Formats: sequence, C-alpha cells, structure tokens
Amino acid sequence: MTNLNLATAAALNLTTPSEQTTSTAKITARNLNFYYDKFHALKDIRMDIPEKRVTAIIGPSGCGKSTLLRIFNRIYSIYPKLEARGEVMLDGENILDPRYPLNRLRSKVGMVFQKPVPFPMSIFDNIAYGIKHYERLSRADMDVRVEQALRQAAIWDEVKDKLKGSALGLSGGQQQRLCIARAIALRPEVILFDEPTSALDPIATGKIEQLVEELKRDFTIAIVTHNMQQAARCSDYTAFMYLGELIEFGETETMFTRPSKQQTEDYITGRFG
Amino acid sequence: MSAIAEKLYRRRRFKNGVALTLASAATLFGLFWLVWILWTTLVNGVAALKPELFYQMTPPPGEDGGLANAFFGSIVMSLLAIVMGTPVGILAGTFLAEYARRSLIGEVIRFVNDILLSAPSIVLGLFVYTLVVKPMGHFSGLAGAITLALIVLPVVVRTTDEMLKLVPSQMREAALSLGVPQWKVTVQVLYRSALPGILTGVLLALARISGETAPLLFTALNNQFWSADLSGPMASVPVVVFQYAMSPYDSWHSLAWAGAFMVTVFVLCISLIARAIIARRKVAND
Repeated sequence: MTNLNLATAAALNLTTPSEQTTSTAKITARNLNFYYDKFHALKDIRMDIPEKRVTAIIGPSGCGKSTLLRIFNRIYSIYPKLEARGEVMLDGENILDPRYPLNRLRSKVGMVFQKPVPFPMSIFDNIAYGIKHYERLSRADMDVRVEQALRQAAIWDEVKDKLKGSALGLSGGQQQRLCIARAIALRPEVILFDEPTSALDPIATGKIEQLVEELKRDFTIAIVTHNMQQAARCSDYTAFMYLGELIEFGETETMFTRPSKQQTEDYITGRFG
Repeated sequence: MSAIAEKLYRRRRFKNGVALTLASAATLFGLFWLVWILWTTLVNGVAALKPELFYQMTPPPGEDGGLANAFFGSIVMSLLAIVMGTPVGILAGTFLAEYARRSLIGEVIRFVNDILLSAPSIVLGLFVYTLVVKPMGHFSGLAGAITLALIVLPVVVRTTDEMLKLVPSQMREAALSLGVPQWKVTVQVLYRSALPGILTGVLLALARISGETAPLLFTALNNQFWSADLSGPMASVPVVVFQYAMSPYDSWHSLAWAGAFMVTVFVLCISLIARAIIARRKVAND
C-alpha cells in the first residue's frame, strides 16, 4: 500500500503535499488571503488542485472551505467589501489580477451550488441560456449541445420528453443534475461544487457522487463537503481546513488512513467539528 | 410543588383568556365599521345600478344620466399613470435591489421613496398643479395622469425592490457564474423570477389610484361632457362621486352611490387577481 502511494506520488511528482509541481496542477494558490471587510477568513493558503482529479475540501463550519472555493471563479466579487489577496494561477495566469477577464474565467470555471437553483424557464432554456451568451449556434446545433450536456449530467433519460416543461417541476436531485448540466454545457475546464448534496436525499446524493466520479475524466473538480464519507468516497485528494488555514493536503486515502497532523485525525475521527 | 404548578397554570390560563378576549374584541370593532361601510355601499350602489350608467354622460341636476365620461376618464388617466409610472418604478427598484443594496445612496433613496409612498396625495396634486397646470393655463387629463403616476411610482419602486430581494442570492450567483453580465442576469433571470410579485405591485398601485380624488381636483378637475382630449379637463369617477355626493339632488346621490360601488368592485377584483397571482407563484415554488 505504501509503495503504491509512493509510486503515485512519484508519478504525480509529489514529494510533500505542499510541494507539488505545477505541471499537473490546474489551479495553484499561493499566499492566498481573504478578508470579509476586516475579518481575516483565509490565511496564507498554499494549495494545488490537480488536473482531472477530484479534490475535496473538508473542515468544520466556518473554516473557510466555501470561501476558498468561491475565490476560484471570483464569484465572491459580486459582494462589496470582500477582498482576496495573493495569487491564484489558472493555467499559469493569475485570475485575481483585475485584468483577467471575468467572462473568460467564468467560462473556464463552472460552479454548482448547495441549493439547486434552476432558472425560472424551461429545462431546454436552462441549458441553452449560458451557451447563447458565448456562441451563436443553429437550432440543430443547440439541440445537440443541450442533449450532450444533459446526457453527460446523467439526466437526459428523465427529461428528454419534457424539455419544454418548466425546470421548477423537477425533483431536488434532478434539479441539481440540471444545474450540473448547465455548468457542463459551457464546456468548462474546472467545475466547483459547493456542498452539492447537502440539500438532497441519500439516493439523489448517490447519483451525484457517481456523476462526479465520471466527470473527472473530462474536468478538474473541486468539491466542498461537510460529509466526510463523501470526501472519502469520491475524491482523489483531500484538503483539510481549520480556522482559515489549510492544515493538511494529500491523497484522500492517506488523509483518511494515516493523516500526518493531529488536528486532521481528530476531525476525521469525529472528535471535534 | 404540584399545587404551585396548578396555581401557575390557572393564572396563565386566565391571562390567556384576557388577551384572547381583548384581541377578538379589537378585531370585531374594526370589522364592524368595515362591514358597515361595505354593506351601505353595496345596498345603495346596487339599487343605483342601471345600464344608462355606461353610455350616458353625467347629467345636470334633475335630469337622467350616467357616468360614461367619468368611467372613460378614470380608465384613461389610470392607465396612462400606470404606463408612465411602471417603467420608471421598475428601473428604480432594480437599481435599489441589484446595484445599491447595501450602499448609503440606496438607503437614502429607499427612505425618500418611503416618504413619497406615504405623502398625502393632495400634496402631489398641488405639486403637479404648480408644475403643469399653471404653465399650461388650464386643467387637463394629462396633469391628472401625471399626478396619479407620482402615486404609482413609489409603490412600484418598493415592490420591485422587495421582490428582487426575495430572489435567492444563489440564483444570482448561479447565473453570474455562467459568465453572463449582471444586466442580462437581471433582465433575463431575476425579472422572470420576480415577475408575479412586481405585477402584483403594479396591480395594487392601480387599485390605489382608481379611488384617488384629492390629487385630481387640482389637476384634471372634472368635465360634464364626453372628452377624450388629454389637454383639457377630464371627468373621473372619484371626483364625480365627490361632487355629486355633496350636492342636494337625489338623482346625483344615486349616481354617486353607483360610482362608489363600481370603484369598490374594481378594487376588489384587482385585489383578487393580485392574490391569485401570488398563490400561483407559491404553488410553482413549492
């Protein structure tokens, strides 16, 4: 087991978690600090999100895991008085640089939220809405794109007969997969999941987790979760955060079997948080 | 121990009984007057209803007539007021909810808007009198419509602001995270979500202005004859009701009751439609 892990680590050119090379890292955060007005929410985060892998971010409530995720597509910037300082490189470019076009960032980095929020329009239009903003497609091409996205999000069979129906009529789990399809439809490179299953029942949760597993073939995935079993089940790497700091980052299996920090062990064994 | 508990329980029940009695009495007191007013309007109004109301003009004393010119004037001025007040109100409400939600300027505008919302309508009438009627040299339907629009405006601003605030922030974030610019998100996603609420606000504004009398006295005045000319004085139901109810003539009193009844029924219908819209929205959201 140890050998296997070492082998993978060598393959990924990992020595210690904080010294991953950038060659396989899709997103790299360096000296990343975040402030809610005067509150210092993230402290000197240094982290790499490996390409085409699932990275889970865990930690107790208020540790900054959602805050971190929300920096990766700068969605935090719609609110006043929030500020990120430091560097977040996406394919070698700093997305925190104000000159980095928001349009490009959001087309490369999609996001799925805790509560499924379909737009108040038809299922078809929910998917087509984002695409229309970037591309001029013929009707036939749009049909293909929408079907592709819905298939990839494993919801096509359930909605193919009611594409013109309102998306608000779907169940919670279906709505969430629709939201995933909506994000996929733009063909992003990274998908951020912010506690995507915390409002869903176990069966719907299972489907989403299976979907995440399949999506990593095409996308780089970062997922914030409260559910440690979920992190263990569907992620390749896990980051443990506590009080705004990244305590430990490593392969999920190692993190859950032999964590190197006492705090990590306490958290995953349920002694706090 | 249990004796004390028993005693405390009895005391609580007594207090509960007193509170319930007082609250019920207050409700009955309020309802009593409301029902009386509505009942009187209903009885006198229904007795005064006749087909001539809708095609004959307001008559001189002693002659038969209807309220056709008053109905027409009210409809024209109210619709014009809605047409003028709604777009400005929706845009201003959007500014408050989407662009100035937590800012000082937003708070100031919201406060001023609330003042306008509760301003006595006669003040608005005097305002338009100075601004429009005096320079024009005479009363006009247009001035009446502008005054009513000033009443519509703060209602629409307020409801648009409130309804957009009710749209979950995650809807905004989800749309923005697709890279769609904010104005498009507002127009294409948020308006759709808030539409029933905004529509309800517009309807309630319509209900409110359809009974306004004071602001029209200084602006549209009144007109005994049929007039579709917005630059001249125009009749309206509330002003005719006011004029006829104050008169000594029985035939005029009867027309005033009919007018009051029609306005009441109109407001009731608008309120029911507004409620239906809200109820349908709730079903859609569940």
